[in-house]
This record gives sequence, structure tokens and C-alpha cells, in this order.
Amino acid sequence: MNTLIKNGFVLRDGRLQKLDVYIEGSVIKRIGANLAVKADKEVDAQSLAVLPGFVDMHCHLREPGFEYKEDIDSGTRAALQGGFTSVACMPNTSPAVDNTAVLKYVIDRAAETDNCKVYPIAAVTKGQQGKEITEMGKLLEAGAVAFSDDGRPVADSNTMRLALEYASGFDALVISHCEDLSLAAGGVVNEGFNATVVGLRGITRAAEETMVAREIILAEALGCRVHIAHVSTAESVELVRAAKARGVKVTCETCPHYFSATDDEILSFNANAKINPPLRLQSDVDAIIAGLKDGTIDVIATDHAPHHSDEKNKEFDLAPNGTSGFETAFSVGYTYLVDAGHLELAELVDLMSRNPARILRVEGGEIAEGAVADITIADLDSDYVVDSSRFVSKGKNSVFNGWKLKGVIKNVFVNGKEKEIRL
Amino acid sequence: MLKRKDLLGLKDVSKDEILQILGCAVEMKEVLGRDVKKTQHLVGKNVVTLFYENSTRTRTSFETAAKIMSANCTSISAAVSSVQKGESLIDTGLNLDALLTDVIILRHNMSGAPHLLARNVKASVINGGDGMNEHPTQALLDIFTMREEFGDDLRGLKVVIAGDVKHSRVARSNIWGLTKLGADVTVVSPRTLLPTEIDKMGVHVCDKIDDAVVGANVVMGLRVQLERQQSKLLPSVSEYMQFYGITQSRLAKADSRAILMHPGPINRDVEISGAAADGDGSRILKQVTGGIAVRMAVMYLLTGGKA
Repeated sequence: MNTLIKNGFVLRDGRLQKLDVYIEGSVIKRIGANLAVKADKEVDAQSLAVLPGFVDMHCHLREPGFEYKEDIDSGTRAALQGGFTSVACMPNTSPAVDNTAVLKYVIDRAAETDNCKVYPIAAVTKGQQGKEITEMGKLLEAGAVAFSDDGRPVADSNTMRLALEYASGFDALVISHCEDLSLAAGGVVNEGFNATVVGLRGITRAAEETMVAREIILAEALGCRVHIAHVSTAESVELVRAAKARGVKVTCETCPHYFSATDDEILSFNANAKINPPLRLQSDVDAIIAGLKDGTIDVIATDHAPHHSDEKNKEFDLAPNGTSGFETAFSVGYTYLVDAGHLELAELVDLMSRNPARILRVEGGEIAEGAVADITIADLDSDYVVDSSRFVSKGKNSVFNGWKLKGVIKNVFVNGKEKEIRL
Repeated sequence: MLKRKDLLGLKDVSKDEILQILGCAVEMKEVLGRDVKKTQHLVGKNVVTLFYENSTRTRTSFETAAKIMSANCTSISAAVSSVQKGESLIDTGLNLDALLTDVIILRHNMSGAPHLLARNVKASVINGGDGMNEHPTQALLDIFTMREEFGDDLRGLKVVIAGDVKHSRVARSNIWGLTKLGADVTVVSPRTLLPTEIDKMGVHVCDKIDDAVVGANVVMGLRVQLERQQSKLLPSVSEYMQFYGITQSRLAKADSRAILMHPGPINRDVEISGAAADGDGSRILKQVTGGIAVRMAVMYLLTGGKA
């Protein structure tokens, strides 16, 4: 099967150029102006942007165990809807992805559904209990791309040190959800004036920052890699910036809600704004954007966290953390970073595609001859109002519901095969 | 008549609405002095008190107020209801709607629970205290008591709120209400029991109660729960009493006509000395009686009654 994407603006060498892209099988065979090739299928991308497919290095597909929130099929279809051709899913399922059997189940289910590519992240410790490290070698051989205990951070510093050290022997990546649970002290929102106003228990920003500092210091001492998940505060950005300047092998990600939303969202007790780490202040949003601009932050990941509406439609304290993220990520990025004048489109695409692919060492992240044909086509001129009830994801819990966003995904190709998108 | 379905907090209530409720409460208080305490204000209305937390004063006060106004009044405790069978707050609310309820008074240990209920039911919801957020009728009765004592104009009235401000919905509602009416509010508590950036709510913050009470017109104590010691917020009850407790000698530094208030329940000799609570300046029990009038006014005005 051969496909020709005609008349689009292809992102090449950092700018949009009017080029055609010819795909043969799963590979981009030729890129050029007015390609005179015959293809089985032609896609007219007139006035659309042709981008490398997005790679999400932090999401929750919920299967096995929480299929009422999301499953691998619905989650990966939602990912495609958002322009993602690859996703790396976190291991906090039930049972957790802490052994090769469950890991293989996730890989097999993803292959059966054949939507986007799925790269499982395995747990750092058995049962995500923070005690014994998992069989990292076996898990890597079976297809794990990284290790993380995500929402159940490794509290014991020595366990984390040993996990980083052991993983480094396989040159494997450990991703840390930075949260000192004793400092978080059962809080549900950012500690600050808004928490005071509504009487919700605050989480000090120090809960995130002390662990960011710990991971940086451990990685520096060991000389090994570490990736900081969902950075949300100005001081975390500064810690990573300073570490990178010293040459520490640290990378980090943020999420769309941390550069577009503040804790004002909680003033109406909107449980869809209950996210961990919590939404912060405008000064943090500004610092996150600065970190995206100067390269301190490497990646925009979704932390797609689908939940059932009955779970979110509860007392704020009882609602689970997280926002559905796949189907709005690019539009939020385009609206709040590119359209707002902070980043070039190419920079946004690097943050959502090239950089996460490089950090995870998976294919994708570029449109080039010989590269895999993972491609997303977007209409950058159209805007829309988010209606989360229409999400493909089972998780309708979106903090962006009702927001007006710019940038609509039109076509997605995975391994050269066009996938179905709801327009 | 209040042009709103619910009373969830004083944060979102205007000064005019507060004055309307307090004015109506003055008329209701007159009823309480009669031999036959019965009016027709809520004839044919169904009032339910739905309490997920223990309460003596608030619940009895609302029920007394409803019964005086001839409402049908039902009381539900979460501890002995279908909540124990796992029924959600919203489902409970929908069933109360189906049971033809006009007014639900909700007490809940989690902030925002009344807002969630109000969004999902047809009945009027009155917040009877939610988590650390608000307790609007308590603040209204506190302000009612202050106006009885010092006249209707509270501008410049020096009010000191002392105790566990961080966990106090009473403090928050009082701060919203009192600042709207122009009172001069100071909060005093150990730093660990002080909410973040509370000064931005328009109050003064003071570390020393001996400084705070000087010249005060109203000293309001808040309950300090004994559990705070286990959660490391306080070293000991005796240290709290020594540095932050309300005592007769501290009250002597306040204005000579100053009054002592407390929303109850009091912990004698924890946050307030027994002698102070029982002293001449104490209005703690007067507050309780005024509370009936204030709750009569709130229920009457929310159900379409005209002041």
C-alpha cells in the first residue's frame, strides 16, 4: 500500500514547506515538491500542516483492571484522535505492570487493537510498593521502555538510589513522579490563597521540589539518567535548569494543563481540575513556558488520566486525580504556546514528538526520507469549543471542557496506515 | 425574598443580601419572645437536615426554627442512613427531591459538598457547615449578635478571631461577612494553624494574642481540636493555652464593653478558660438563641418569603 500526501505544508528543517510526502508501506520514501508518483491512495492536505506523529511519554490506559475508566482500545483510539501515533503507558494498573506477564498482556492487547503504538512503562518496584526493585532486565527484554512507580513515588531514598544505579547498568530510563507524600500530607489542591478561600487542604510546592532535588542529586552522584515527570512549579524548572547547566543527565516533561491553567479552576469545586501535581499559580505557568522556551523542559506529555464520571462527580476530596488529556493536548499547546507567540510550531512539535521519541529511544519524531511513516496532519487555522462528552476516550473528565482551542487533527498515519479520526 | 436557590457561603453573598437576612432575623427574634412560639411562614414546606457530621447546636437550631415556622421537618444522620450502604451524596439528594423536599440543610466534613449537592437537586440547599470552607448561618448569627450589642453599623468594629483558623469554616464565613460590613478583623493563632495567605482575605494577622486583644470589641474563640496535637500542629494543649488561650486576664486588655463569643462546642481550658466562658462579657449562649432567629430568616427568605 502506497500513499501520497499532496499539497500540504510539511514541517522540515524547522519550517513549514509546501511539499508532498510519498509513503511506501510503513516508510516515508520520498519528500519533494509536486511529486509525480502514482500511489494507491492520495490524501489532499491543501492548507494543512503535515507533522511527525506525536509521542506521548506519560499516559494511563487503565487496562488491565480499570476498564470502566479506559481500556487499551478506547485509550489508543483517543490518542489517535489527538494526533498521537505512539504512547507510553504507566504501570499503575491492576495488577500493576511489574512483571513480564502483565507487560506482555499490554503489548498483546495493543497489537490486537492495532490503533497507535503502545510502549509500556514498567514499575520500578514490585507492586509499586517502594520496597524491592522489579526484574528490570527481563522487563526490558520483554518490551518495557522505561521504569516508573508514577503516582506512588518511591519514598525511600536508598531504594530510589539503588533503582537508578541498577537501571543504569541496562542504560534504562527511570521516570520519577516527584512527590514527597509526607509533605503532601493528604492535600488535594495547591497550597495557596485559593486553597484558603475554598477550605481545601493544600499541598505545599515543596512536596514536589524536594523530590526533584533528590532525584537530581542522586542522578548526579551516580552519573546516570533520570526523567522528571510532570513538572509543575517554577522552582522545579529552576532546579532542572541548574542541573542541566552542571551536566546532570536529567530530562523532564510538563503537561498542557501546567502551561494553560491555574488553581483558579478549583474555586468552583470543579473536580475535573483535581490533578496531581495540582494546578498552580500564574507565576508557575509563566515559569513553565520559560522552561519550554529555553529547553529546560524537554517534553510535553499528557498524563492522560481518564476516570469514570461517577468518580469525578463526587465530593472534591473523594474524586480521583487527573484530567483526560489525549484529545486536547495538541490544541492546548498550539493555542497557548504557538498562537500565543511563545514558541514556533517546530518547537512545539519537537516537544510533543521528536524529544520524547529520543528520550524513550523509540522510532518516530521526524518526517524524513527513510523514516517510519508516523504522521499527523492538522488544520492550524480552525478553532473549536471542547465538548468532553464527545471524547473518544471513556474519560470525559477534562479540565479543558468548554475551552475554545485552535488546531484540529485531521489525519493520522501509523506505520503508513491511515487511522480513523472522528471529524 | 432572596433571589437565589441556595445559601452556600457568605463569600458569594452580597452585603445587601446579608443585611436583608439580618433585618428579617430581627423580626423573627421577636417571635422567640412570645409565649406561643409558632408562625405560618413555612406551612406546607418540607425541610430536611442531612448531617454527615455530628452536631448539637446547628441541627437543633435549624429544626427548632423550621418547626416554629410550621414546616414539616425530617432529620437524617449519615451514620444511620443509606449513606452507610454506600449511597452517594448526589443519589441521596435526588431521593430527597423525589421525597418532595423544599429545603435541605447539609452538614458535611468535606469542603464543597453543599455546592455539589446544590448543582444536582431542585431543593434549596443551605450549607450547615462544610469541611474547612464555610458555615454561613453561624457567621450570620455571630454578626447578628454583634449588631444586637453594638448597633447595626459594624464599620470599624474590632473583631479578634483566635484559635484553629486553618481548619475553621466559622472563621472563613465570619471573615467574608464581617469584611463586607466594614469590620476590622484580626486573626491570631499558632502559625501551623493559620491558613496560607489569609491576610489576602482582608484581615490582620497577629502572632500574639496579648497584642491582638488590646482594644478589641469582640473576641471570638474557635475550637482547638485535641487531635491537632497528634498531627504535629501543636506541641501540647497546655502550651496552646499558655500562649494563645482566651483568659480573663487577656480579656481585661480588650475594650471595657468587649464581648466574648464562641461558636461552640467549647473545650473548657483548652482554647478558652472556663472562667472566661462563664464571665459577664460572654455572649456564647445568647449567640445560640439568636441563631434560631437567623435560621428562621434564611429559610423563610430562600423559600420565597418577603422580608
